[in-house]
Amino acid sequence: MSEKHDVSGVPTTGHVWDDDLGDFTNQPPKWWILGLTASALFVVVYWIYYPSIPFASTGGFFKGVGGWTAIKEMEADKGEVDAIRGKFEAKLKDMTPAAILADKELTEYVTRSGKVLFGDNCAACHGQNGIGTHDKQGLFAPILNDDDWLYGGKIDDIYASIAGGRQGMMLAHHPNERELIELEHLEKLGQAGAEAHNIARGLTPHQIDAVAKYVLALSEGKGDSPEVAAGKRVFMSSDCTACHGQDGKGIQAMGSANLTDKIWRFDGSIEGIKRTISYGVNSGDPQARVAVMPSFKAAGKLSDAEIKKLAVYVYKFGGGQADAPAAAK
Amino acid sequence: MASGERPDKVVKPVGSERVNKEVENKEAGNVTEIYREFETWQINMGDKTIHAKRMPGVFRTVKNYTQSLWLLFFLVPYLRWNGKQAVLFDITNRQFHFFNLTILPQDIWMLSLLLLLLAMGLFAVTSVASRVWCGYFCFQSSWTDWYTWIEDKIEGPPHARRKLEAAPWSLEKIRKKIIKHFIWMVIALLTGISFSIWFVDAFDYWSMLVHFQLPLVGWVVLIMFFLGTYILAGMLREQTCMWLCPYARIQGVMTDSQTILPAYDFNRGEPRGKLHHKAEGSAAQGDCIDCFQCVQVCPTGVDIREGLQLGCITCGLCLDACDSIMDKVGKPRGLIRYASLDELEGKPAKKIYQHPRTLAYLGIILLAFGGIVYGLTHLGSMTLKVIPERQPLFVSLSDGSIQNKYEFKVLNKTDRDFFVTVTAEGGVKDQVIIGAEKPLLTHHGRGTSFTIFVKASGDNIKNEVTPIEFRVQSVEDPLIAAEYKTKFNGPKP
Repeated sequence: MSEKHDVSGVPTTGHVWDDDLGDFTNQPPKWWILGLTASALFVVVYWIYYPSIPFASTGGFFKGVGGWTAIKEMEADKGEVDAIRGKFEAKLKDMTPAAILADKELTEYVTRSGKVLFGDNCAACHGQNGIGTHDKQGLFAPILNDDDWLYGGKIDDIYASIAGGRQGMMLAHHPNERELIELEHLEKLGQAGAEAHNIARGLTPHQIDAVAKYVLALSEGKGDSPEVAAGKRVFMSSDCTACHGQDGKGIQAMGSANLTDKIWRFDGSIEGIKRTISYGVNSGDPQARVAVMPSFKAAGKLSDAEIKKLAVYVYKFGGGQADAPAAAK
Repeated sequence: MASGERPDKVVKPVGSERVNKEVENKEAGNVTEIYREFETWQINMGDKTIHAKRMPGVFRTVKNYTQSLWLLFFLVPYLRWNGKQAVLFDITNRQFHFFNLTILPQDIWMLSLLLLLLAMGLFAVTSVASRVWCGYFCFQSSWTDWYTWIEDKIEGPPHARRKLEAAPWSLEKIRKKIIKHFIWMVIALLTGISFSIWFVDAFDYWSMLVHFQLPLVGWVVLIMFFLGTYILAGMLREQTCMWLCPYARIQGVMTDSQTILPAYDFNRGEPRGKLHHKAEGSAAQGDCIDCFQCVQVCPTGVDIREGLQLGCITCGLCLDACDSIMDKVGKPRGLIRYASLDELEGKPAKKIYQHPRTLAYLGIILLAFGGIVYGLTHLGSMTLKVIPERQPLFVSLSDGSIQNKYEFKVLNKTDRDFFVTVTAEGGVKDQVIIGAEKPLLTHHGRGTSFTIFVKASGDNIKNEVTPIEFRVQSVEDPLIAAEYKTKFNGPKP
């Protein structure tokens, strides 16, 4: 078979076409043969080492001698991440939120990992970055990045709010029909008589209107103006002061709103204020405002460390109030 | 062949003619001793090792000096400056130290200008004086030169080396080979180490190395450079220039008829011919006595008399060789000399400023250089970026004022930590900066971020967006400062 091409001197298979076309029997280069062999070996080893062949009959597959699975690889990667987080998490466990806040490095860590927690657990109501959410009745959940706190803005207060949850409470002040007739009758007899009764019975529309105007003026710093003197009288003589205080600044322990600042929990328009006074908050009235925050500790929804993280995260939105002048920023 | 500007003028490429000449030469016998070496010449296809003869001369000396610049490569990393390595490309910490200067990744744009500068510098030099880089400076040429010098010292001159190669294995041959390869490997290892210590502290590196505690990447780099040096300078040698190096190919086409390069003066040399004892026929002969010394000394094994070609690294060693022969035969020097093709062809030589290509390169060089100078003088010691919070743009506070939140990112480029104060210009009347009541600490060599609030009374806010410029300034040195222009957002007034 083997012949030589007459011009090049290369061995041929002996086939000749068109007089002079020969079929060379040149060997491929050695490196190429070696590469091909190595690749074939690699494929065999790969198929044995890794999961490779599916079994149609059983629905299973050959698992490979190396025991590799994607889950194991992911767990290993997670292990790496946890190792980095580990030292922070270990420290966090036994620290108070205030102590975390005092540690700059930990605060940095917590504000980063807190972002995810906040997004998962809080942002649905409080909005991303605590900007609050609104529904048709006004502000649905409080804004967390301002400096107004119903239940206190110190780090421990925030922690307590997240852990225990909060329930707003304010009675409805509109009277029912029978009461209304009675109240209007009393009102005709004179202010004093009406005021004597409205502690238990609620307020007449006229009184609600007056007190709403007073509250609005209060937030503008005009609470003493003569135009709202009537409203002020109602405020001072009714049950308003029981929760909001004589000065209208609210009592944090009760979660009653500070009426003298410019931040409104629900709706700061005159109509909105009237509605809040009329139907209350969580009062059971169908038109009442709803202000419910669940406890995040109760059902084991969040771990203590996670609540601490969230407390620091929320505190760092900008509204957090320092415990004492010396406390860290 | 890279150029071949005037193929009709240069001697025809190698072919049967050359083979005939070879035969003819063998028959010619010992007309003179130098012809003995010619038998070994053939066009360099890489199938035979080039054993270049080493001859003293002007260009040999120049080459020795220029190549010794590479000593800097070995020695500079050991320089110390203020207790630290003077020149250090600290990749782990992403810093580049150059004596007092620290360059952080943020300023790395200057690197692109530097690369442009170097590339254009290479082109400009090449367009004026051909492959100066290849011949006198390139690491490939230099390391190969040292490797062959060692080979020359151990195994003897080229003919002895060829004999040794052909000889059967003997104790003597093994001894010589072992010594040679050992020294080569030591140089290769030193090269690898020297490269590495530009990137990690030299003394730390040595300590890690002798304790076998280098990190994996350290070993990989060292082994790569060891093998690279050993193979490229020891085995591949000129083949690297001819088939591997892209710059060799690029530079080959950067020359033109105005470029001066080592050239054979064909007008004077042709027709070449053997030197005969008798004067017969010598009148018709040119000055070239066809001694092949220019080929013998060529480290890339080319025949310069065939004109500029890819293999020619313009090292000038053939000029030394030819001059020494011309001295011996009593003819003027410069049969092979640095000359442009125009000059060889008798055309008037143009001035450098008549060479637009060079001028274009110079223009780009100046631009790049200007950019680098600007960059280095405007490095600053600190940079500031301020990112205003977008969600929410602003927060209404209980007293009716409006607060904006800003994320400050301060990059301290000095070599020490320092405290900074934050001030603002513009913005809203009577605004208050919260979060920077006390000076804030910035860490050197990396970014430090802190949150700053700006609060302003709602009554003073006249626009939805008010420009504000923050200034961060070192407490110790007021010259270290940086500004950033951003915006203060408020509600629609």
